[in-house]
Order: sequence, then C-alpha cells, then structure tokens
Amino acid sequence: MRSHKNRGTLLSIIFMGFGQLYHRQFVKGGLFIALEIYLLLFWTLPFRNAMWGLYTLGETTQTRVGFTIVQGDHSIFLLIEGIIFLICGLLFLWMYVLAIRDARRVGFQRDQGKKANTFKQTWTVLADKGFPYFLLMPSVLFTAFLTILPLIFGIAIAFTNYSAPNHIPPASLVDWVGFQTFIDLFNMKTWNRTFLGVFSWTIIWAVLATVTTFFVGLFFAVLLNSKGIRFRKFWRSIYILPWAIPSFVSILIMRNLFNGEFGPINQYVEFLGLAAVPWLSDPNWAKFTLVLVNIWFGFPFWMVLMSGVMTSIDRELYQAAEVDGASGRQRFLGITLPIVMFSTAPLLIMNFAGNFNNFNLIYLLTQGGPVNIDYSYAGSTDILISWIYKLTLEQSQFAIASVISILIFFVLAAVSIWNFRRTRAFKEEDTML
Amino acid sequence: MNRKQKNRFSTFFKHLLLTFVALFTIYPVIWIVMGSFNPGSSLFTAQVIPGMNWSLFWEGMREFNFHTVMESFRSIRLTLSHYSHLFQETNYLLWYKNTLKIAFWNMVLSTFLVVTAAYAFSRFRFPGRKQGLMTMLVLQMFPGFMGMIAIYILLLQLNLLDNHWGLILVYAGGSIPFNAWLVKGYFDTLPKSLEEAAKIDGAGNTTIFARVLMPLSVPILVFVAVSNFIGPWMDFIFARLVLRSNENKTLAIGLFEMVTGRGNTEFTLFAAGAVLVAVPITILFMTFQRFMVEGLKAGANK
Repeated sequence: MRSHKNRGTLLSIIFMGFGQLYHRQFVKGGLFIALEIYLLLFWTLPFRNAMWGLYTLGETTQTRVGFTIVQGDHSIFLLIEGIIFLICGLLFLWMYVLAIRDARRVGFQRDQGKKANTFKQTWTVLADKGFPYFLLMPSVLFTAFLTILPLIFGIAIAFTNYSAPNHIPPASLVDWVGFQTFIDLFNMKTWNRTFLGVFSWTIIWAVLATVTTFFVGLFFAVLLNSKGIRFRKFWRSIYILPWAIPSFVSILIMRNLFNGEFGPINQYVEFLGLAAVPWLSDPNWAKFTLVLVNIWFGFPFWMVLMSGVMTSIDRELYQAAEVDGASGRQRFLGITLPIVMFSTAPLLIMNFAGNFNNFNLIYLLTQGGPVNIDYSYAGSTDILISWIYKLTLEQSQFAIASVISILIFFVLAAVSIWNFRRTRAFKEEDTML
Repeated sequence: MNRKQKNRFSTFFKHLLLTFVALFTIYPVIWIVMGSFNPGSSLFTAQVIPGMNWSLFWEGMREFNFHTVMESFRSIRLTLSHYSHLFQETNYLLWYKNTLKIAFWNMVLSTFLVVTAAYAFSRFRFPGRKQGLMTMLVLQMFPGFMGMIAIYILLLQLNLLDNHWGLILVYAGGSIPFNAWLVKGYFDTLPKSLEEAAKIDGAGNTTIFARVLMPLSVPILVFVAVSNFIGPWMDFIFARLVLRSNENKTLAIGLFEMVTGRGNTEFTLFAAGAVLVAVPITILFMTFQRFMVEGLKAGANK
C-alpha cells in the first residue's frame, strides 16, 4: 500500500485526476478534474432524465384539454436520447478507466525510480501516437451515428411494442415487452404463416438467383473463351450491358416488358397464337419471371469475372492434359472448373447475401405482388427485406419488422462468418480471432 | 464429316448462339430507346419501330424490290417530343441535378472517409485496432435498412429530413465498413519499405500518404469513387425514405412514380427519362469496368 503505484490508483478511483496530481502532473490532473467537475455539474441531471426515459419509455400520454392537445412523453425520442446518453456515459466511464490506468502506470514508473513525464513530454507522445486516431475520427463519428446508433435502436425496437394502431407516439406510449414480439412472430397465426412463407421463398429465391446467374455466367465465359470465337470484345461488351445500366432503370423497363396486358412480350406470345402468360399476376409465374429477369441482370458479372480467371490459367496445363489424351470435357471438369470455382467461391457467398436482400429487384418489378390473401401485409413474391419495408413504411409495424431484421442478421452473419473463416483475412496473424 | 468440318460447324453454332443471346440481352435496351422516340404516350401503343409499314416491307423483300423496301421505311414516325416534354413540363432536370449533386458529394465524402480509415488501419498499430476491424466486419452483415426507422427519426430531429445533405450523410456513413475493408486490404499489399524510405528522407505522415501511397492506390481509389458515385443513382429505398417533396426528388423516385402512378399513361416519357439516365452511367461504368471487376475480386479475397 506504500507504493506510488497503489496510491496513484486509489486516488484516481476516488476522483478522476487526483492520481495525476499526486504524481505532480498538474496540467494533466487539472484537465481530468475539470472534466469530471464539468460533467458532474452539467450532465448529472440530463443523464438521470435520459436513463429514466430509457427505462420507462415515458409515463404521461398525450391528453386533450378542450381543443388543445397537451403533449405527453414521446417514447421514441426518449429511447434514442437514452441510447445516446448511455453511449456517452459508457465513453466517460471508459475515459475514467484510462485515467486510472494512467495513474497506475506512472506510479509504477516512479516506483522503479523513473521520473513522471512532464506535460510537454506527454503531449509529444500523444501527438505522435494519436495520428491514427486523428485519421479515424471522422469515419468513427459517421459510423457511430449513422450505422451503430441506428442498429442499436433497431435492435431495441424489437423488444418493444412499437406498432400501429395502439402504440404509435406521440398519441400513445410504447412499452418494453421483452421477447413477446419474437414469441408472437412464431406463435401468432397471422404472423407465423406469413413469416414461414416469406422466409422459405426468400431462401429459395436467394439460392435460385445465385445458382442460375453463376452457371449462365460460367457457360458464357466458357463459350467466349473457346476456340474460334471471333469479335470476342464485341460480344463481351454486349453481354456486359445489363450489368452496366442502372438497375432501377432496367427493372422498370422489365416491368413494362412483362406487363400482362400491354407488354410487348405478351403481344409476341399472342402473335405466335399462344395464350397470354400472366407474367406478373400469377404467383408462380411471377416467381419464375423474377428468376428469369435476375439471370439477365446477374450473369454478366460472373461472365466477366470468370473469363478473367480463365485467361489467367496457364496454357501449359491444357497442353499437358491434351498430351495425356484428355477430352475437351475432361479438361473442362479437371482444370477449368476447379480453378474457376476456387477463385469465385467467396463471391458466391457474397452474391447469395446480396440476393437475399435484393430489395430493388423485388420491389420495383412486382412490388411483392400478386396479392396473397393468406399473408399479413406481404404479397406472394415478397422476400423478407421487402416485407420489412412494407411493415415499416406502409404499415408502421415497427416491432415485428425489427424482429425480422434481427433474424435476417443471424442468417447472413452465420453465412458470412463461415465464408470469412475460409478466406485469407482470417488467417493473417494481425487481423483477428 | 471430318474433324475440320466438325470444328467449323461447332464454331458456326457457337456464333449462332452468341448472336441469339445477344439479341435477348440488348432487346430491352433497344425497346426503351425506341420507346422514347415513339409518338403517343402509353405502353400499349409503343412499338419497336413506330409507324413502320411492315406489309410493304415484306412485300418489297419478297419481290427483291429495293424501292418498295425503302418506301416502307418512310412511314416510320419518330419524335423527340418526349424529351422536350421531359424538360419543359416535368421536374426531370431538377431531379437530374439533385441526383448529380448527391452522387458527387457522396463520392467526395465517402472516398475521404474510407481512405483515411483504411490508411489508419493498414499502416498503424494502435490499441483498439483489432476491435475496430472486427466491428466493421460485423457491421457489414447487418441489412443497411435495419436502422431505417432510427435514421428517419435522427434526420427528423436534426432537421435534415427532405434534405439532400441528410441523404448524403446516410450514404456516406453506410459505405464506410465495406469499402474501408476493401481499401485496407489493398494498402496492405503495398510494400512498407517505400514509406520507410520516405520517412528516412524526412517526410511526415501526411506527405507519405499523399505522395507515396495515394499514387500507388489509383485503381482501388477509382473503384471506391466510381462505386460511390453510381450508388446514389441506383438507390431507391433511402431516397424514398428521406426525400419527400417533388423538387427534392432523385431520378430513381421520379421515374418510378412515372410508371407506377397512373397506370402507365406516361410510358414514353419514362422511356426518354430512362435513356437520359442510363446512357451516361453506362458509359461511366463501361469505362471503369476493369476497376470494378478488380475491386470486387479484391473485396472477395480479403
């Protein structure tokens, strides 16, 4: 207990900066003390209010006195405010810990007989070591406020009953309900039927969309790379068009092409003497159309990627195979396919995740339709993400939408972690896990 | 059939297939371009070649009468009226300007944020680095729209709703995790000896970054810049969420409303609008195609 180290630590625990004063680092200690006094004086009350808000989500509802409306508590603003204050509080706590650790470290140095750094020395060290933090500051701020905060908020919403018609502020309050919304999603008939239907279609859709584009892309890459093809560049430029055109433009074009009544495709079909096809108005046809249109969108990416890989394969491999008497098919299965698969597999997973959340294609092409009377707020071709969109923006069912997005996160996180574990980033010593 | 003939036959067949699929690929493109020149306004009356006298055309073809064939083309009626209509009677030009502004500033802001973060993560070892990288990795897995309600309320409170800057901030914030990982991965591949040499010559951190690292990173920087420029042109969800008034709309919303609002009555107008959006973006994309492919590949390998 006699050492500088322990004394410095103890004093810092009592009040931020006391340890530094004890070490005769007056400027640093003074700054710490000033910070804590400032926070205690001006932030205690707001912080307590914010925590109350976070805990209760408001207690007074909006009331009406005669013709004037008396504002009550706004649960959602209280929630956000609470989260922000909680994060700031944790940051302060973290600084406090750093200050204590600093006092401990300096005390340890003094015990060893070294002198404590002067403020000037500290400043130079800080300026040098601080450069990466200085670089990171803007992106950390952006990420904190525009990605992390909304995410925490979104997760928090899943544990409330924030939904129309009875729990929409400012007219009424929102309460914490724990896992009730999760339970409802699986147990209540209105929700679980829709959830299971939409979820299974989402999986089927993501798999079909990924696999079809992958193999069509592979087919054309092989075709373009095969012997005797003329104007390779020309073909490639044409095939790459669907990838280059802004997707919302081409999806809207497709929507018109496949229009059941006036669309040119049905006009051609009828011209051939066949019955008009309900491309977008029959559930199964609509699903088929989505996959078909997605092939149009998706194959150029794979084609370009794979022809890149194929041109970089060593010619000698093929020559050796030919000498050994391997047929064209054997060469393809034995050399081309494994190499292409190896270098494109990680992207396959990314592509799956992309299709899983391909809001634009579904929403702009079918808007989730055609109508499905068995579903609540979802159409036959809605995938989870477009269902969430409808639930939030059109139906104000925020709680259930948040629960679903948490579930999406689990699916995608599982897939991505599995994927990342197999890629290089994971094996590098300095990265992670 | 000997081997040579067989080869020739298969090459012919391959070309036939390529041509056939190429037709399918460009059909929507041709159709929308022709649609924009179509007189009339609805989808129903739109034809691939408007006003073309097909019976005359086939007659000329049958009789090998060149004159008759030419005659059939003369009945084609193309019009530029939809383009002028677009500029004069809709807010199209304004939407275009809005989108351009959002795309440009998003490009500048995102690239700045991404590059500084990637540089710090790649070249410095500091407490919190591992945790930071891990956080970015996890953040990539969340659907961007999970935080939609919160973003909406945040922008509402900051008075940035229906404001382009609000949207730019949302885009820029969202682009950081993925792109920073990508660029960090690229920076990692650049040899450190170059910077050490520069340091010995007395260059500071900032100089090293600007003079040594930046010029070597052009491909990845172009990828980040172009993809962040194109991003806002393609986005529908957030634009729809944030922008409310007619004069603040972006092209994606404006065009969407043209063909979904009142039963396709403005189809040809939409076609003209789509052509004007798609052409420059497509050219941009084609120009930087190489970078796009390489960038994506790098992203996958990391």
